[in-house]
Amino acid sequence: MQCGRPLLLRQPFAPDAFDQVILGCVNVIADEMNPARVAALRLGMGEAMVAFTVQINCGSGMQSIDTAYRYIQQGTADLILAGGAEALSHAPLVYRRSAVEWYARMFTARSLWARLSALAGLRPSFFKPVIGLERGLTDPLVELNMGQTAEIVAHLFGISRRDADTYAMESHHRLARAQKEKWFAGELEPAFARNGKVYDLDDGVRPDSSLEQLAKLKPAFERPWGKVTPGNSSQITDGASWVILASEDAVRKHGLTPKAVIVDSHWAALDPSIMGLGPVMCTTPLLRKHRLGLGDIDLWEINEAFAAQVLACRAAWNDDTFCREALGLDGPLGLIDREKLNVDGGGIGLGHPVGASGNRIVLHLVNAMQRLGLKRGLATECIGGGQGGAMLIEAV
Amino acid sequence: MTVYDVIAPRDLELGPLPSVTAGRWKNWRLARDENGIAWLAIDRADASANTLSEEVIVELNDILDELSRDLPKGLVLRSAKRGGFIAGADINQFRQSGGQEIAGNLARAHVVVDRLEQLKIPTLAVIHGYCLGGGLELALACKYRIAIDDARLGFPEVMLGLHPGLGGTVRLTRLINPIEAMTAMLTGRTLRARRAKSLGLVDAVTQERHVRAAVHAAMTGGLKTARARLSVAALNSAPARRLLSARMRRATRKKAPREHYPAPYALIDLWAEHGGRPRRMQEAEIASFGRLVTTPTAQNLVRVFFLREKLKANAGSDWAGRRVHVIGAGAMGGDIAAWCAWNGLTVTLADMKTEPLAAAIKRAADLFRKIGHKPTEQRDALDRLIPDLHGDGVRTADLIIEAVPEVLELKQKVFAATEARMRPDAILATNTSSIPLEQLREGLQRPERFLGIHFFNPVSRLQLVEVVRHDRVADDVVAAANAFLGKIDRLPAPVASAPGFLVNRALTPYLVEALVLLDQGVAKETIDHAAEAFGMPMGPIELADQVGLDICLHVADVLRTQLPRPMPDVPAWLRDKVAKGELGRKTGRGLYGWHGDKPEKSSSAPAPGPDVTDRLILPMVDVCMTCLREGVVADEETVDGAMVFATGFAPFRGGPMHYARTRGLADVKSTLERLAATYGERFRPDPGWTP
Repeated sequence: MQCGRPLLLRQPFAPDAFDQVILGCVNVIADEMNPARVAALRLGMGEAMVAFTVQINCGSGMQSIDTAYRYIQQGTADLILAGGAEALSHAPLVYRRSAVEWYARMFTARSLWARLSALAGLRPSFFKPVIGLERGLTDPLVELNMGQTAEIVAHLFGISRRDADTYAMESHHRLARAQKEKWFAGELEPAFARNGKVYDLDDGVRPDSSLEQLAKLKPAFERPWGKVTPGNSSQITDGASWVILASEDAVRKHGLTPKAVIVDSHWAALDPSIMGLGPVMCTTPLLRKHRLGLGDIDLWEINEAFAAQVLACRAAWNDDTFCREALGLDGPLGLIDREKLNVDGGGIGLGHPVGASGNRIVLHLVNAMQRLGLKRGLATECIGGGQGGAMLIEAV
Repeated sequence: MTVYDVIAPRDLELGPLPSVTAGRWKNWRLARDENGIAWLAIDRADASANTLSEEVIVELNDILDELSRDLPKGLVLRSAKRGGFIAGADINQFRQSGGQEIAGNLARAHVVVDRLEQLKIPTLAVIHGYCLGGGLELALACKYRIAIDDARLGFPEVMLGLHPGLGGTVRLTRLINPIEAMTAMLTGRTLRARRAKSLGLVDAVTQERHVRAAVHAAMTGGLKTARARLSVAALNSAPARRLLSARMRRATRKKAPREHYPAPYALIDLWAEHGGRPRRMQEAEIASFGRLVTTPTAQNLVRVFFLREKLKANAGSDWAGRRVHVIGAGAMGGDIAAWCAWNGLTVTLADMKTEPLAAAIKRAADLFRKIGHKPTEQRDALDRLIPDLHGDGVRTADLIIEAVPEVLELKQKVFAATEARMRPDAILATNTSSIPLEQLREGLQRPERFLGIHFFNPVSRLQLVEVVRHDRVADDVVAAANAFLGKIDRLPAPVASAPGFLVNRALTPYLVEALVLLDQGVAKETIDHAAEAFGMPMGPIELADQVGLDICLHVADVLRTQLPRPMPDVPAWLRDKVAKGELGRKTGRGLYGWHGDKPEKSSSAPAPGPDVTDRLILPMVDVCMTCLREGVVADEETVDGAMVFATGFAPFRGGPMHYARTRGLADVKSTLERLAATYGERFRPDPGWTP
């Protein structure tokens, strides 16, 4: 609602002119089983607005754009609102399976004796809720927390704690500069709460972030020697993002000014325990298909799930063995210029609302390309469960 | 039109009635279904809502004759109007007739309602929408009552200076807990379906789709009623009535003094003396109603009812617009936007700063929580209230309301920027309270699309809105502004562009005179007491604090320069107070100290001297006459309605002009002349008083 209303307000067409609404959302709450449809109706887009929700974990917000792009490419739609949203602060507390079973026994017990014996089965541990969020951030197959997968790729590509902290510090500084220079104008809208609070800037940014401070933090996932700390990981936040996709017909019909065109997209998958390398796996075939090298991309957005994970991706492309044997290339692709990568910070300062981030990085890539006058951009993210999504963009 | 709109009209369950169109009666339709149950629907001819008139009752009597000749298995009573059951008695009846005649009519109507009650078959009232006054009394004569979710039941008679007169006092106090019954009748508040069910006023709450099944259940004894007969009898016993009625009188005295509002006291007396003895209470009810209906209070409140109808009628047809854009998220702008959103419009609230927008959203959320019942209603209204930092909403708005600070250059700048971006067919309105529209419209490309829509604070409570014309505005623009106000449930009062328009211009001498009195050493509580004893909802000192001393000072200064009427100087200490930031309630200190929204008043202030009330009230009345004479307002009804619904001017006096007429125009004039001789030229009566 908070970002959709200003976006629709500044369009020259009415909110019901869209053909459909697609929303990426990972943690769908029980009250709103199809948040896309809820959003469409609450945004006043009319009762006839078809809307559906897509979920591919951390790639959901990009999946919505990709789906919209394919529909438009097919010619089945002309104007689609595609977004991503996450309210991790609303993630439920979940009761343990054992507690649920006990509750079911109590509820179905008919006789007094059956009830009493069921009651006797009550254990204190039943009242210890499972934090749904924590379960959601743990891979069920390899039983590894997302932070642990970052520890693994950091280890395998020799990313040090200091490397990760340095990256995190730069990310905060870049974000702080972008906020100060008002580079998010028109992209980040203030959110107004019922209690009169206004959230006009993401408050996770630490402009004075320093290596000394970051070094003091304890590892978040693997103590005592782990490298992944709260300081060099993305912050768990709420957030939402929308982009409008239009066919050429729709652009003409409504007199729109396109910001960029989607050239292509690609998704790939690998072992869930090294999910952080997802961007490498999906981006490489996309570049190959279009005969592009790393240097042909003017601007990169690699979603900052973990500093160590972004650095591991960067290292993987520069790793001869990895490029030959895992990617089937003739040799290493090289090193992405840090000055072209995540130029205005990312999830480390802004937070990573899982369903929204994939959408936001595409949007920001487009806006940053426009600001810097660049031609070709690529947005990609790692996806919990061992996947990656990439989208190739060109300015118009 | 949505898909649902196409099929929604099928919802109303009328049993066998839809096939019955014209019958023998003008206001009723009657048919029997396949089970031998008679369905009787009230459907008043040439009216959108049902009311009870003499003719309706006479026809009902005729129908009861017919039914008793061949008794059906049961009788269902409901309304064929989509809007609701029965909105009450036809109030026109109370205007023309005398007390004797009305009591006679009532007695005859009682016989008809008693006949309905005595039918030897199950009778059931199915109630949707409004079921008020006489409508509820008819429903109470049925054995069962079923409410649809949207039903609102109540006895609002007390608002007209009356109490129920068609057996309502008798039947309600015997059906449900008499404390609840009396509270409902004393406050005039309506009850929602769920609440009515929990009180035992209705036997079930359901939806239209289950009405047939509910009728079947009631007719075959399958509808359980949960009524607490024992406690009702105990609370209706003589000792309980004595105790409770004393308590009710005390509580009523705090709200409405007996000399101004006799009806609640008559109602309490009625129950205290006759509760539990239906026959006697019924006779006493008729007599008491006959006495009340001719009191000046009731006649004046009935007048106020019709003043409201007259103002409401100004709204005319349905407003076609849906989008409102409000510029300036200050106190007024924010509250106007919130009120529009609450009433179903999509509103963009523009401001360049986030803080006032955030504060406006908070006030809106608080208001919606207070007046809304369902969280979804509150959510939807907040969804429609869109903070607009870039003013993007102006492009799609049907109506743009400017509510920026009262600075001519600022407003003109806003207009220039707005006109360039707004749709050519949109309307541009200003909420100015003090700047003449002739000045504001300078520089506009399309002055014919520009007018004033002047709200009062608090927007959600004060129903009146001044619609300000100027000589170049197009008629359809005025009509659309009126229709817009109808849509948001406000009362449009057409006024001409003149300094202060009507309401503020009339209030200013009242407030300034209070300051003069204060300056002359009269205690502030004494001044307020004089005005409240006259019947104002709030004394002028408290009002000034409520409005804000800075705003009062500004309006007084503006009006002094713009109007010929001599006005005393605002005391210098008031300017100091404003300069110090003691602005009234909003700063916690003004003329009074404030605890939240309550002023600290001393209870030991002396009684007001002989001229205090006249010095406060008559200049206000005099300004009303001036506005009439100058053509600022078209007629006395509009003046009276505007003053009652914008300032709360003693409703039981029927408005300032009606008060003057009741008091005698000559007396008003001579009193003003005497005051002018004693206290100064500011009391010199308007030439309009001389016929």
